[in-house]
Order: sequence, then structure tokens, then C-alpha cells
Amino acid sequence: MKFTLSWLKDHLDTSATVDEIAAGLLGIGLEVEEISDKTKALAAFTVAHVQKAEKHPNADKLRLCVVETKDGVKQVVCGAPNARTGMKAIIALPGVTIPVTGAVFAPATIRGVESQAMMCSERELMLSDEHDGIIDVQGDWPVGTPAAQALGLDDPMFYVKVTANRPDALGLYGIARDLAAKGLGTLKPLAAPSVKGTFDSPIGVTLDFPKGDEKACPLFVGRYIRGVKNGPSPAWMQQRLKAIGLRPISALVDITNYITFAYARPLHVFDAGKVHGNITARFAREGETITALDNKSYTLAPGMTVIADEKGPEAVGGIIGGIPSCCTDGTVDVFLEAAYFDPVRTAATGRKLGINSDARYRFERGIDPAFTPVGAEIATQMILDLCGGEASHPVIAGKVPDTKRTFTLRKTRVKQLGGLDCPWADQLRILRALGFTVTEAAGGASCIPPSWRPDVNGEADLVEEICRIVGLENIPFAEMTRPHAVARPVLTPLQRRMLTTRRTLAARGFNEAVTYAFLPHSLAEMFGGGQKELQLANAISSELTDMRPSLLPNLLAAAARNLARGHAGFALSEVGHAYAGDQPKDETLRAGGIRQGEAVSRQWQGGVRLVDAFDAKADCLAVLDACGMAASTLQVVNTAPAWFHPGRSGTLQMGPQNKIAHFGEIHPKILAAMDVKGPVAAFEIVLNLIPAPRQKGTARPALVLSDLMSVSRDFAFVVDDKVQAAELVKAARGVDKVTVTEAQVFDVFKLADGKTSLALEVTLQPRDKTFTDEEIDALSARIVAAVTKATGGTLRG
Amino acid sequence: MSLETLERETLAQVDAAADEAALEAVRVAALGKKGTISEQMKGLGAMSPDERKNFGAALNLLKDKVTEAIATRKASLADKALNERLARETVDVTLPVRGEGRGTIHPVNQVWEEIVQIFGDLGFAVAEGPHIEDDFHNFDALNMPPEHPARQEHDTFYFNEKPDGSRLVLRTHTSPVQIRTMKTQAPPIRIIAPGRTFRSDSDMTHTPMFNQVEGLVIDETTHMGHLKWVLHEFCKAFFEVNEVRMRFRASHFPFTEPSMEVDIQCSWKDGQVKIGEGDSWLEILGSGMVHPNVMKASGLDPAKVQGFAFGMGIDRVAMLKYGIPDLRAFFDSDLRWLRHYGFRSLNVPTLAGGLS
Repeated sequence: MKFTLSWLKDHLDTSATVDEIAAGLLGIGLEVEEISDKTKALAAFTVAHVQKAEKHPNADKLRLCVVETKDGVKQVVCGAPNARTGMKAIIALPGVTIPVTGAVFAPATIRGVESQAMMCSERELMLSDEHDGIIDVQGDWPVGTPAAQALGLDDPMFYVKVTANRPDALGLYGIARDLAAKGLGTLKPLAAPSVKGTFDSPIGVTLDFPKGDEKACPLFVGRYIRGVKNGPSPAWMQQRLKAIGLRPISALVDITNYITFAYARPLHVFDAGKVHGNITARFAREGETITALDNKSYTLAPGMTVIADEKGPEAVGGIIGGIPSCCTDGTVDVFLEAAYFDPVRTAATGRKLGINSDARYRFERGIDPAFTPVGAEIATQMILDLCGGEASHPVIAGKVPDTKRTFTLRKTRVKQLGGLDCPWADQLRILRALGFTVTEAAGGASCIPPSWRPDVNGEADLVEEICRIVGLENIPFAEMTRPHAVARPVLTPLQRRMLTTRRTLAARGFNEAVTYAFLPHSLAEMFGGGQKELQLANAISSELTDMRPSLLPNLLAAAARNLARGHAGFALSEVGHAYAGDQPKDETLRAGGIRQGEAVSRQWQGGVRLVDAFDAKADCLAVLDACGMAASTLQVVNTAPAWFHPGRSGTLQMGPQNKIAHFGEIHPKILAAMDVKGPVAAFEIVLNLIPAPRQKGTARPALVLSDLMSVSRDFAFVVDDKVQAAELVKAARGVDKVTVTEAQVFDVFKLADGKTSLALEVTLQPRDKTFTDEEIDALSARIVAAVTKATGGTLRG
Repeated sequence: MSLETLERETLAQVDAAADEAALEAVRVAALGKKGTISEQMKGLGAMSPDERKNFGAALNLLKDKVTEAIATRKASLADKALNERLARETVDVTLPVRGEGRGTIHPVNQVWEEIVQIFGDLGFAVAEGPHIEDDFHNFDALNMPPEHPARQEHDTFYFNEKPDGSRLVLRTHTSPVQIRTMKTQAPPIRIIAPGRTFRSDSDMTHTPMFNQVEGLVIDETTHMGHLKWVLHEFCKAFFEVNEVRMRFRASHFPFTEPSMEVDIQCSWKDGQVKIGEGDSWLEILGSGMVHPNVMKASGLDPAKVQGFAFGMGIDRVAMLKYGIPDLRAFFDSDLRWLRHYGFRSLNVPTLAGGLS
């Protein structure tokens, strides 16, 4: 919503400055986006009089002018075709900064003649793109008059962001009312004329809606005005419209635009000569079309309100008029429409047709229905004033819809809800100033909102009105009580794990990323997603179409981008959600990480090592350990999802139904498809699946330590390639879980014939006394026997 | 050979031994079974008791002397050998160390923890909700019926329509967590709900995904003054300044009544923003008293309870606090950016130790 200060003063009697008004608007909820005041920008430019303009002696296209300026008579060389003797121009004198270039003007010799000043175009002053000639100042302004004043630009323009709940503030009168309530002036009474009709309108109006849908357009006020003379609107009106960015078209059209912005009352004028028969407000019929004022053709559908004559739709109700019946310079008789259209339907129709207009903007937010007849009167009077002619009696179909509703404001409520101490009398004054009908009652007041405030629907709204007018800055800070003297923990176990996981990974060298929750469909499919229910219906790019089924694809895509920038040997992680379906339970919190290329880079002390599945496995185990989960409670199995290398990947699980983490090298095909140079070791952990810690309380179990030294023995077994290290370990430990405290494979050596040698270090912990050699030999024999039985392996000689 | 001569010669041999092996040869030659000193013992038997006594004592003395000389020589040889070894074992300490990854925490998540620290101290729990939401939680319950104009302004991402005509959305704000919390938890309620939100908007200052934090307090007495206080205390704590001027402006949100937007005082110098000084204003959040319709939709009685809600951009306050210029870079995973703007793993924000 834009308006100028002088226009505001039509409705508000105020001596407030621009800054005071701006501060007032901001406080009451009408956010000022911009104030453009050309007075400052054009302060250095003034009116000059061209005493003489002749051809430049040395150039055909240049003119040599003698110009009277505030600093005396100057000689000016000018290339503008419209420079002529006797005109008034805007002059830039030496030392002045030209807005469009930012350069300081200095006298210069042009084709052998000195030019001592410069006459400016609109573009040079950044007033418009106009650069065909210099500004031809209209009016009898004395030399030295400030340019802003002579050009009618000394009227500061306000651009105010009006929130969706305030249709009344989409008209200047509504803004003036708010400012008056705020104490920044006095609202001038509405000059509502009552134009006497002298004849019956030849055009009749009918509202024709199916039963139950009457509210689509419950009221239509029409007026036939004959014998008008259309043409340009007066300069003052054009100036105001231009100042708020509207293009003047003709007096009749400008009047409707003017009233739209002055009173938030959109109107339409039909060229009555082009209207066939009577007018009906009705729903469009299947297949009806209209060529609208934006020069586009629209196909209408049932449910859209149209204003139709006997040939068909002439306007889309509350949205846009049609070309065939629009007013032109030749228009002699007009038919004025002021109607009320249902906000919801208008919004839906506008959306479906894709038309954004000043009218739609107001109707869909809900204009003042009671103002319909008043608006029609104001418009009729303005047409008669500016275009002449003679008005018919009003044609009224339907009636003003009843918006009356009453809410009680308790005397205590502003303090209770708003925290504001505001004297009761002031509260009543504010509501009345805003147009509420207020009746005092026991303990409070009963308030009827004005017809222009559809947003007020309860006591809380009344509190808001008082708070915003008094100013939220006047609400004192009120300290909240602390629930506990010393704050108690607030995080859930999962939230704590999330933080632990992040920092564990960062400590292990991962740079944490936050990637998009969506990805391209092809990638989603590659990583087990891409289901219909996880595809966006209105994706903004083909790169962001599906919800991610895993954290890994976006991390790999990030790896590809970083590789393209020349990075290598990096580790990227993310802790975030992935989506297995569209229900809340399908969203799980995960930790993902990828390590690319070299785990150990070349270094003067030793060789390069590339990342492998065991880097990823170590990351998983570190995270799980940090989250309080012992590795011993996990099974490691050699299967993993298809995006992993089938032979170099695995899963950490607590039973086959509870797969907590996957790890391994990423499948070479995936790497190739994503343009990622391998190898890449990756893991993904579902943090939700980590079981809650069992321990209650803070005490640890007692630490039982033995004074006796443990004994370590090494065994090498020859086993089939298929035998997994874990089987050896399990068999060895199974011999005596108390005595065999540890068993670890420390060497793997591939032999011929599908055999592998696995070397196992076993730690034996004596309990009551040190082992004798015989006891150690016996335990060793049992370990060998157990491993042989479990794996078919033999002790290597 | 006299004992004097033997002593002189043996000690000379000890001194002359160049290494431990030579020293051992000297020891065997002198003190071994057939050594020069041991051989002298054999003569004892033929001596008179007096002679034997004197000679024996002298011989023992000699033995001790030689033994000690050998031990001393041995230690000195070991020292020499060690010194020679150490002299060989030098490194160029200016050579680089073995590479270790330098991990970082993303600024959004660092700021997540900072926000949780501050609100946690005031007893706000951290609530969460799904990203894929239904119309009820994202719009209807928040007093935004289908025809509401504000609903059109939300640039909502939709999923495909289901057979029953319903369709899910990506939550456009964290406010649905308000509804989920009020529906499952009895007042008094104090929560914040940080998390990802989504809008189909992408330009210089908008990304289709961003992070918000919601705040919600419901009890019987909390009012706008408390809201202002909490936001003011938060801003001081978060931006780590002793005082910050804030501007509280009336505004409109469908889910609050009265509604309030909050600006914070800042200065702009060389494209860098500084909070708590200067004469510019930056909008940082929207807030207000929870709308009665929102409470009703969540099963609470607005005649009995009341409270406030606010919503703030986490990315935005992270940008302001840490001088990060471009929102889009947050989600680009450029290693240079992650390493520059990221936080060290043990730089954990705490109220006791400091947030940043």
C-alpha cells in the first residue's frame, strides 16, 4: 500500500512530521517498507529559464543555450531535441552530483564551446527511464525553485506493508483512522455525498445465484451516468497515482483506481454503450471466456462470479474487467459498479485464473461491505465533477450483508493478556477511535467491531487493538519465574545422543554438513527411496524432487562438488533425518559419514593408506560407544544395502530386525554414477534404534580387580576362506568367559587352496592363584579344540 | 711379577679397553679362573702364616681395585656408546606431523546448542515434530483455514494427493510442534522446538530448506510482558552483549493474538553486521499470545490458560552472530566454508563456560 503525505492529509488533519508518522505506522502494525522523499535527493537541482536556444556553431545536433539560473546566466551546450527558447528546465550547476552516474558535474568544452551547466533528463535524475529529452518543467515556477517542488515531487511517498488481516488499511482512509487513534492527528469526517438521480437507469441489475450461494455477491450498487466526457484526469490526480506507481489511463479509470487506494473500495466502470441489455451477477457457465483488461483471454468455470450482460461475462467479479465493455476516450455513457464479492470465492477464482489485481487483493482480504453504497456515491460525484454528465437513480440489487457481532472486553483483560497498564477510559477511547461501538457494562464493555474490521473476532483481538495503539514498547518487561533454582536437564536421551554423535564425529575428523532433506528422484531410487508418497508435487527444481531415504546420497553429492573443487582425502558427516515413508514414525534421526580417498596421506615418514570398510566400521563403533552401547552387544553381519560394495560392507545389528548401522565401501557403480572418485568408506547409523540405557542412578557397578597378572597366548589357525574371524573369537571366548577375558585376531594371511591363516591373541586371567604351566597348556588345548570344532580350522604348525 | 707391577699393568689394560668386549677380555685375563690375579692365589699355600696374611690382604685389595676399575670403565664405556647413539639419533623437528583430520561442527548445530543452553536454563524443554506434516497441524489448527490468504503466502511444498483427497505438506514452519505439544502435554508448558522447515522459495536470501526455532509457553498467567522479557534476555545472552535495544512492533500472524514482530539494534560496517550497537534495525522474529482458536484446536480451554509463542530463524541468527554472509552456503557443504565457519569438536557451548 502506497500513498503520499499530501494525500494522507486529505483525510488526516495533522502537523506530524514524516518521521513521526513513520514511527507511528511502524508501532501500530503498519510496517513502513520505504519512504521516498525526493526533496532530499533533488535538493541540489533547481528550475532554470532558457532565455535563448540556438544551433551550436560547430555541431548540427547540439544546441547552444543561454540559461538563467539561480547563480546567474550560464552558457549551456545541450543535445536534447526539445531544448528551446523560453522553456523552463532543471539545471545542474558545477559541483552537483548527477544521480544516475554518481559523477560530479564540471564545466566542459564541447565542440569548442564551453558548457557551464547541464540541463537534466528524468533518467539523469533517476525519476524514470525517460531520456529522449530534457525535463520540460510545466507551470510558472520562478528560477531557483527547488526541482522537487516544481516537478510535484515534494510530496513524500510512504510504502506500507499491510498484514493480511487489515483490508481496511488497504485504503488511505483506514490508515488515517489508525493514525488518528494513535494520536497523530484528527480523522477528517468522510465527505460522503448523496448524488440526486434524475432518471431511471436503462440498465437493470439482477443477482442470480443458486440457493445457498447468494453470498458470492450479496450486493450490487449500480449507477448510470450519461453524457460524460472522458479524457485525461486532472494533474493532481495523475500526480498522486504516479507517485504510488500507477499509470494514469483516463479520467474514468483513474477515478476507480483513486477510490480503490483512497477508500479500499474497488469499482468498475462499463461503457454503457457497449453493454448489451441488463446486467446479471452470476456464476460463470462452463466454457465461457473473457478477454480481460490485461489483454489476456481467460476460460471461466462454474463457481467463478462474473458480471455479465446478455451476451456474456463482461467482468470477473472483484478481480478484473473485460475489454469489450471497457471505457475509452470515446465513452459517453457509463455504468458504474460497486459490488461486494465473497473473499474466499474471489481468492479461489483469482488463484485459478492466475490474476493478481488491486481489486482481488482487497476483495479476498475482505473489504467493508457497508461502504458499498457510500463508495458508489463518492465515485458518482467524482465522475460528475471530472467528466460532467448526469446520474441516474441508483440501481441496487441485494443488501448489505450483516456483519454485526458483539464481544465483551473485561476491564482486567488488557493487563492479564497484554501485560499492559492502560487506564480503562483510554481503552474505551481507542476502541471508539477505531470505529468500534462500545457500551460499558458491569466489569467491562460490550464492543461491536466496525464493518471494515473482519479480523476482529474475540476479546483477544480487542486486547490487540489497545496494545498496538498504545504501543508495544509501553508494555513493561515481566520476569518469568524459574521452575527450579538450578536448571534441570531438558534434553531427551535421543537429543543427547544427537549431540554426542555430532561431536564424536567431529573429534574423529569429520566436517559436519547440513544438506537438503530432498534430492533428485534418480538418486532417491539408487538409495532405496523414490516412493510415490515421498515425491513432492510442486518441486522447485529437478534436483529437489524426493525426500531423502538416506543421508548418504547428499553427502556423496557434496563429495563430488568438493572433489571438483580440488579437495581429496576428506570426511563429511551429517546428523539429520531421513524418510522411509510419509508418516511421523517413518522419519528417523540418523548419523551418516563418508571418508573419501586417502585415510593416511603421503607423508615423509610413511606410505599412503586408502580408506576402507574398517574406517567406517570404526566410526560406527565410536559413535555407538559414545552413545553408551557396548560393541559386544552387537552382531556384525556381512550384508548391507545395495549401494555398498557387496564384499566390503556390513551391518551392525541387534538381531535381524534391528539393523542399527551399515558400513562399508560405497559401490563403485554408485560412485561412477555420482562422479565421485573412490574409494569412499561410508556409514549410516539410525540413532532412534539404539536402545535406551538400562542403568538407573549414577553409581557404577563395583570394580573388581585381580592382583594376578594375566597371561597372553598366540594361536594361528588355518581355516577355510569363508570362516569369519568372529567365529574364532566366539569359540575361543566360549571356552570359559571368565578366564578367557579377551580374544582378538591380530593377523590374517591368505594361503593357497582357499585357506586363510588367522592369528589369535588370547588373554587368560587367573582368578585365585597364578596359572601353572599345566593349567595353561590345558586351557590352550581346550581353546584349540573349541576353535577346531566351531570352524573346522587346524592349528598351524 | 710383583703385585705392584700386576696392579699397574692390569689397571692400564682396563683403561685401554676400547669397548665392552675388550673390557671383558681384560676381566677374564685378570680375574678369571686362570687369570693373572687368580694365579697369585696359588702361591699362598707355600707361605708362612704371617706372609700369607699380608700377601692375602694385599691380593684382596688388588682384586677389589681391579673389580671397581672394571665397573667404572664399563659404565663409562656404556655412557660413551649411548652418547654416540644419541648423537646419531637427531631429527629435523620442523618436519610436519602425521596428518589428522580437523573436524568441525556446522554453525547451525552449534547455534542449536547455544539456543538450547539459554532456554534450557529457563526450563524450556526441546520438543520435536515430523517434517512431513498434515494440513491440520501445519495450517488448520494454527487458525489458517484453507481459504486463508496467509496460507497462500507460505510457499508450501505439497506431496501428491492421496486417494482420499488429502495431501501432506512439508512443514512450512515449526509451529505445528506447538499443536503436537499442546495435544499431548498438560499445561504448564515451556518448550522450544528447533528444526528444519521448508518453503518453495529459492533466491539470494531464501533456501527451500531452513531452520527455525519455535517457542511456546502455556500456563495461567504468562502475558506479553513475559514474552518481551524472555526475548530480551535471550538476545542479550545469545549475542553475548550486556545490553541490546529491541523494537517491538504490532503485527499479524494467524496463530497469535496479539501479535508482535521484533527487531534488534545493529550496525552495518563494511558489509559486517554488529548486534547491540548502531542505529539500524534487523527483524529477527515473530511472536505473540497464542490465539484462542489455536488452543481450542489443540484441546485446551482458552478461558483457563494462556501463553505466548514465537518463531525465529536459526540460520538467520547464526548469520548475524557469526558474520556469515550467504544463507545458501549453509547447505552447500563446501569444505572451505565448513572449515572456516565450523566449530571445533570440544567447543561445546555452556552457560558456565560461555556460548561461543
